[in-house]
Amino acid sequence: MAWTQKVLRVNLTEGTCTEEPLNMQWANDYLGQRGLASKYLIEEIDPTVDALSPDNKLIMATGPLTGTSASTGGRYSVICKSPLTNAIACSNSGGFIGAEMKMAGWDMVIFEGKAATPVYLHIVDGDAHLHPADDLWGKSVWEADKELHAKHQDPQMRIACIGRSAEEGCLYAAVVNDLHRAAGRSGVGTVMASKNLKAVCVRGTLGVGNIADPAKFAETVKAGKKVLADNAVTGQGLPTYGTQVLMNVINEVGALPTRNMSETRFEGAADVSGEKMHEPRKSDGKPNLTTNGACFSCTIACGRISTIDRTHFSVKDKPEYWINSGGLEYEAAWALGPDTGIDDIDALTYANFLCNEDGMDPISFGSTLAAAMELYKIGAINDSHTGGVKLEFGSAEALCWAAEVTAKGEGFGRDLGLGSKRLCEKYGHPDLAMVVKGQEFPAYDPRGIQGMGLAYATSNRGACHLRGYTVASEILGIPEKTDPLESAGKPALVKAFQDATAAVDSAGLCVFTTFAWTMDDIAPQVDAACNGDWSTERMMEVGERIWNMERDFNMRAGLVGADDTLPKRLLTEGANVGPAEGRVSELDTMLPEYYQLRGWAPDGTITAETKERFGISA
Amino acid sequence: MKITFKLYATLTDLLPSGASANAVDIDIPDDTTLNQLIDQYKVPRELAHLVLLNGVFICTEDRDQSGALKPGDVLAIWPPVAGG
Repeated sequence: MAWTQKVLRVNLTEGTCTEEPLNMQWANDYLGQRGLASKYLIEEIDPTVDALSPDNKLIMATGPLTGTSASTGGRYSVICKSPLTNAIACSNSGGFIGAEMKMAGWDMVIFEGKAATPVYLHIVDGDAHLHPADDLWGKSVWEADKELHAKHQDPQMRIACIGRSAEEGCLYAAVVNDLHRAAGRSGVGTVMASKNLKAVCVRGTLGVGNIADPAKFAETVKAGKKVLADNAVTGQGLPTYGTQVLMNVINEVGALPTRNMSETRFEGAADVSGEKMHEPRKSDGKPNLTTNGACFSCTIACGRISTIDRTHFSVKDKPEYWINSGGLEYEAAWALGPDTGIDDIDALTYANFLCNEDGMDPISFGSTLAAAMELYKIGAINDSHTGGVKLEFGSAEALCWAAEVTAKGEGFGRDLGLGSKRLCEKYGHPDLAMVVKGQEFPAYDPRGIQGMGLAYATSNRGACHLRGYTVASEILGIPEKTDPLESAGKPALVKAFQDATAAVDSAGLCVFTTFAWTMDDIAPQVDAACNGDWSTERMMEVGERIWNMERDFNMRAGLVGADDTLPKRLLTEGANVGPAEGRVSELDTMLPEYYQLRGWAPDGTITAETKERFGISA
Repeated sequence: MKITFKLYATLTDLLPSGASANAVDIDIPDDTTLNQLIDQYKVPRELAHLVLLNGVFICTEDRDQSGALKPGDVLAIWPPVAGG
């Protein structure tokens, strides 16, 4: 039945590891991973809890298809209350640790309480133990990973780890697994650090053999893989250019947020694009991109493995960075590049390496730096704050310096670790924070892609592209083309994307499959793997149930309908160039219809009828 | 008239010599249609998925209209791509 039906509960205060059965009624209602772990979190914590207190919990969860042969079936999520947004946090990652956790026999691991001193969790199949991690505290993800592998003498052990940024209180710290994959958003790494939990090491040898109908599953998986291979996007585009192929696309449509979202096209976009990553550089004739890479069981392989030019100022005296490691993905490249006005691809790659090395969300880091650069431009931040560093838009030197000090929580890096909202409040210009619910934007300007404005404003974890990626339809024509400048029809589109994504995120699959797959391709795989009748309709219902459950948690945590909004800049300052020139986000037009479609009241609260429909306590 | 012609991603290699940063300035007859340009540069029509004229998507049905192009326009073409 795909689930292992086992939960590992780790009480960090008591130092205990306890096995308990998975709540199968909840699994039937919420499927797994994002949905199921969120249900556990919501049932177990007070929504008003301080996110960094021992009373918050942190859950690492797999989906029913995690660890199976389904394409991209290697995902896992980290769920907790976010210190960045005070809303629910659910951050999804690929790599290999999710599959390893499942093959060790666990659907999820729930961490509660706080260890008195730093610890790490070591799992080998059914055995789980906490070990002291005093010697690892203060070390980067990469250092800790190396030492843990050496200590346990197991190269196949998979590790999820926090870096120094999390230990130093950076509010957008990530949990990095397999060195350069990350549960990146919303500060899940910060919560892990607050529990004195440095790392989770997993070795699983049991496999995932409890498939409900193995023959049917093999058949549906094979059919699904053929769809992905035959599709031009998942079979050719993503493996070759990765997500970075979007840099020139989004710039061309005039929706590439530039210099803290004050402009909508970046003159240097081509220099930091996916195409640029293929160009041989002058110094050694090698391109930035070494090869593509795949996560567990993935047949798309969009991952980027890159090198930095050894003659670049950032690394010329640092041979430890003359390596192949996780390269630029589109969202990170945008935040580190166009949003800061920087067109130096080696500087971006270096900053990206540091984000992986010390566990920072590159989107929030880059966006926060962009806000700091605008504050510097208007004089609210000056050289006395930065120790003399010229924090100017376009400065590659400033980017590299900022990444270094934020990664270690040094000096002004502690301010950058606050995130845009708190940074801009501290320096007296809250309107310059490009955030929703305290979380920084990704790489699509909602003035030129209207649906994304609504998707951002209503996202349950703050500004995010992965909660409802209407870019697929509005720009890329997947599954069908809609006009990005038109707000009519977008509420229904946003809702459909949000519900479908919630279901995919709960299955153990990567959302990138949906560039080729519809729910009609996914549901048969879930249905063959899991007991029960998992139809397309049921998957969509599960997605909608999850969305409402997350919303209800946020409302009980203190968020209100008025938080479903965008920064003033995007509502009042027109796009400066491109097809959307002069336009602002038409959020006010879209939001009432969206609430209506959701079955929510005009003030954004969930109605009693809708709560009853989805089994949410009144 | 002169326009800027851009090909991206797996279409990059179809650009003529002299192209830089995926773009080349070309001189074309005034009544040239988008599909004539697509054919001229040997872009398989099924791969001319995302066709943007000055950043605005032009659907398949509208690519044979003459008079669509104006001097100084920017025509950019991608095969099916995605990211996020």
